[in-house]
Amino acid sequence: MNDDTIAALATRAGEAAVNIIKISGKESINIAEKIFKSKSNKKICDLRTYKIIYGNIFDKNKIIDEVLVSVMKAPKSYTREDIVEINCHGGMVAVNKILELIIENGARLAEPGEFTKRAFLNGRIDLSQAEAVIDIINAKTINSLKIAANNLSGSLKNEIKNIRKKLLDIIVEIEASIDFIEEDLEIIPYKKMRKDINEVHENLIELIKSEEKGEIIKNGIKITIAGKPNVGKSSLLNLIVKKEKSIVTHIPGTTRDAIDEIIYMDGIPVTITDTAGIRKSKNYIEKIGVKKSISEIEKADIIIVILDNSKEISDEDIEIIKKSKEKKVVICINKIDKRSKIKKEKIEEYIKKENIIEISATKRIGIEKLEKKIKDLTIGKEKFEIEEKIIINKRQKISIEKAKIEIENAQKAFDLKLSEEFPVIELRAAYNTLGEIIGENTGEDILNGIFRKFCIGK
Amino acid sequence: MDDLKNKYDVIVVGAGHAGCEAALASARLNLKTLLLTINIDKIALMPCNPAIGGVGKSQLVSELDALGGQMAKVADDTLIQLKVLNKSKGPAVQSLRAQIDKKCYEIEMKKILENCKNLILRQGTVSDILIKNNKVTGVELEGGNFFCCHAVIIAAGTFLRGRIIIGDKEYKAGRMGEYPSMNLTRSLNNAGIKTGRYQTATPPRIDKRSIDFSKTVEQPGESIPMTFSFWKDKKIHLNISSFLTYTNKKTHEIIAHNIDKSPIRSGIINTHGPRHCPSIDRKVINFPEKNRHPIFIEPEGKNTNEMYLQGLTTSMPVELQQQIINSVEGLENARIIRPGYAVEYDYIYPNQLHLTLESKTVENLFFAGQINGTSGYEEAAVQGFIAGTNASLKIFGKPPLVLTREESYIGVLIDDLITKELLEPYRMYTSRAEYRLLLRSDNADLRLSKYGYKTGLLSKKQYEKVLKKEKDMKFLEGYLKNKIIFPNIQNNRFLKDMGSSILDVPATLYQILKRPETDIFKLIGNFCNDIYIKDPEVFNQTEINIKYEGYILKQIEEIKKYSNLEKITIPQNIDFFKIRGLTYEAQDKLNTVKPNTLGQASRIAGVSPADISILLISLKSGVKK
Repeated sequence: MNDDTIAALATRAGEAAVNIIKISGKESINIAEKIFKSKSNKKICDLRTYKIIYGNIFDKNKIIDEVLVSVMKAPKSYTREDIVEINCHGGMVAVNKILELIIENGARLAEPGEFTKRAFLNGRIDLSQAEAVIDIINAKTINSLKIAANNLSGSLKNEIKNIRKKLLDIIVEIEASIDFIEEDLEIIPYKKMRKDINEVHENLIELIKSEEKGEIIKNGIKITIAGKPNVGKSSLLNLIVKKEKSIVTHIPGTTRDAIDEIIYMDGIPVTITDTAGIRKSKNYIEKIGVKKSISEIEKADIIIVILDNSKEISDEDIEIIKKSKEKKVVICINKIDKRSKIKKEKIEEYIKKENIIEISATKRIGIEKLEKKIKDLTIGKEKFEIEEKIIINKRQKISIEKAKIEIENAQKAFDLKLSEEFPVIELRAAYNTLGEIIGENTGEDILNGIFRKFCIGK
Repeated sequence: MDDLKNKYDVIVVGAGHAGCEAALASARLNLKTLLLTINIDKIALMPCNPAIGGVGKSQLVSELDALGGQMAKVADDTLIQLKVLNKSKGPAVQSLRAQIDKKCYEIEMKKILENCKNLILRQGTVSDILIKNNKVTGVELEGGNFFCCHAVIIAAGTFLRGRIIIGDKEYKAGRMGEYPSMNLTRSLNNAGIKTGRYQTATPPRIDKRSIDFSKTVEQPGESIPMTFSFWKDKKIHLNISSFLTYTNKKTHEIIAHNIDKSPIRSGIINTHGPRHCPSIDRKVINFPEKNRHPIFIEPEGKNTNEMYLQGLTTSMPVELQQQIINSVEGLENARIIRPGYAVEYDYIYPNQLHLTLESKTVENLFFAGQINGTSGYEEAAVQGFIAGTNASLKIFGKPPLVLTREESYIGVLIDDLITKELLEPYRMYTSRAEYRLLLRSDNADLRLSKYGYKTGLLSKKQYEKVLKKEKDMKFLEGYLKNKIIFPNIQNNRFLKDMGSSILDVPATLYQILKRPETDIFKLIGNFCNDIYIKDPEVFNQTEINIKYEGYILKQIEEIKKYSNLEKITIPQNIDFFKIRGLTYEAQDKLNTVKPNTLGQASRIAGVSPADISILLISLKSGVKK
């Protein structure tokens, strides 16, 4: 199936001082041999697996880059194929040239995630591990890397194993009560069983919740700043950005008028969009601006609506507040150093008092309070301990949601007082569904459980 | 050897529950059939519990009956007590269990065999299976007789190199007091069939006159009209009681004190026995915290004083068996008539068989029953039927009878035998069936009689009875859907009396029947005087279908979801070690089992869903061998 050899840049383009080009497949050593000459005149094919060799990449007789080459021979490599890694310098010109040379010599450019796919197809990793690796590749932040690593090492697997064990215990009790009705078995009371099922249900809900947090950590938080011109949007934006400037990157906005800034809060990327249309202050444009703000509002996780303390609230302000109400919204009353004309009661009709924050962008008052509010609204009030949480991905979430529904059906059957063979169908379905996530089938689990637990044989 | 007299179509080796069904199936399909047994006085013997049915097992008996097998009918004719198990639960897990008059069952079955056209019964021990070019040609008996045939079905039970153990004594025997078959295993091994050893045991029997029944609890059966067979009229059977007593501390002390004399401890027995039937020694070892274990005292027949001690299986020395028994309340003065014992025997690894029960290595050689590593008369009987039918169909050049897991317990049983890694004698349970709610005893005729009729083992009259039932059920369902009940005082009073809630708006009878507390016979009796259907089974089936509609539909959906996997066949010559991406464990297991379909592959322990995806990809991309 995988007879061809693939190559790709393993590091992110332009980000690192050293880049790694990875080649995997039958021809990987041959191809590297053709473009590399070691200082010690050793051949790559003579290297033992996991060894590194120092030398140059040549295009005909011209040196392209000074590199380190390492070899991982099949099957003891990530893809279980021969892998050669070329550690070269960071410049994209050299990297691109080396990749070109590799491809000229018989490899093809890997598709995104193809190394992982091969690792999976060659039996090196299971599906949940493969997905975790894909998450690593796409990880944007240090925190999300930690989570991905955690997932890979099997903590998701362990958590699901734990839930399945609880579920199996219940199933074993019920099945024993059906198949061994003639025996003198002490089956746990219905009430206790019902309680245990509730516990499994709660465990699943916890896991599902963790997906939402995982999304935030992986993709970051999107904040939209809305408000009329001259309320101080850009000064607030600049203030937040400047404070974090050591890690600020500047990315041009996708729309002509909007500007995105990315900052990191506790390692989580936060994209801040300043709705720009409102900057032009002519009346008819203001209306367009409101419309635009509204569309930005729909995309955001959090909306910061900035109001001017020194002015009365306008209809546009109210409209923006109303539209934002569906989302998490923070009302920022700026310019509190100036004389107040704003009627706070009017805002409180729409927004909880605790989400109204008073600041002064120019005097730098209330900025920390605002930042804390943003964190509270996204990752929660408790400190987010990455190591302890298990983050699941979309596919896993779908399966876990399915299992959750199956558990709920079992609860319903219990509450309707249907006889045991009905709820147990749902419980067994949930047991299977959870097994699929970690790649285990039910097999003889149930009967083994019964014989382990009960004295059978009247 | 070419003597016509010694030429048969099918030869069945062994006349236990598997052998009888196998021989009857092939003879009834008009094939000249020879049934060989070591002892002609021991046909269809129940060497252990004198009972047929039980949870999961009675479903097998119903299915066998729906296909045209014999067991249900003989059981109906010879039973002395009948019980409904799981009475408080739904119809899917309710099961019948009957105490059988053991001797009557043997006599009745022998009579049927003797009077069956094309069937010849003969005493003899088979020593060799004759094979030419990997194809069966006949059998050779101890003493040198030869019989030629097209197909052989081996249903040898526990007789292959059988060894009986009581305490520190051992005897070569198939069952207590019977010769074993010492040479057949070698013949099978020479043909490339691999065998293992299993063990099973039976409790002592005691004299009824020596039991103090006043210290036991009487366990009567039901006195409502019932049958195992679909083709017999329901009737109230004899109702001879069993009795319940318990072991106690003293019993357990005797066992614990003498545990070194138990063959399972002393090392005389080190093979796997069935976990569902542990000896009392094993129970005391494994569950020391239990203060008592139940013992059911069951009659072996109406003309005998022998009583079976269900729960007191042991192969301890006889004098200890006597002590153990006498420590139990009610059995203080009980006399042993025959002691309990363990038997160890050869079985073939069932994964060497096709789903037809034909050997994968030797053509036209079939295996059925305990020799395939199963336990139980019912499990044996259904295999005998399937093997006998498939041997015949093969001779006729017709497609085989392979039942699936989705449509039958028989399918579950055979698929499990061939697919799963089994470490003990296999017994059926309802929890083994994924689609338990569909595979009920009560609808086995609706599920399977079409196959019985198509094969030729069910008469046209029988099949038409089922077709009529189906037609009536359809009519009744339509009728109930259209019958509207209005919320007037009279109707509501009737519903209230039934324990159901009153109507606010008109509802159909179909809707009312969905309520768990409603009863179809009462509803029809009150609201309908224009129904001509008489068969109560039509009403029962319709009610079940309506009441459990949601769950039934859900299971049908599940079947559809997995049916694709069941449809994708895997070539038999494939080398799984050459499929890249499978884990080593999966490759190894798949090469051992050689599954026929992807569905079967997915049930092998150690084959993960990811392995199935990879298998699917490689099958689709045409990677072969």
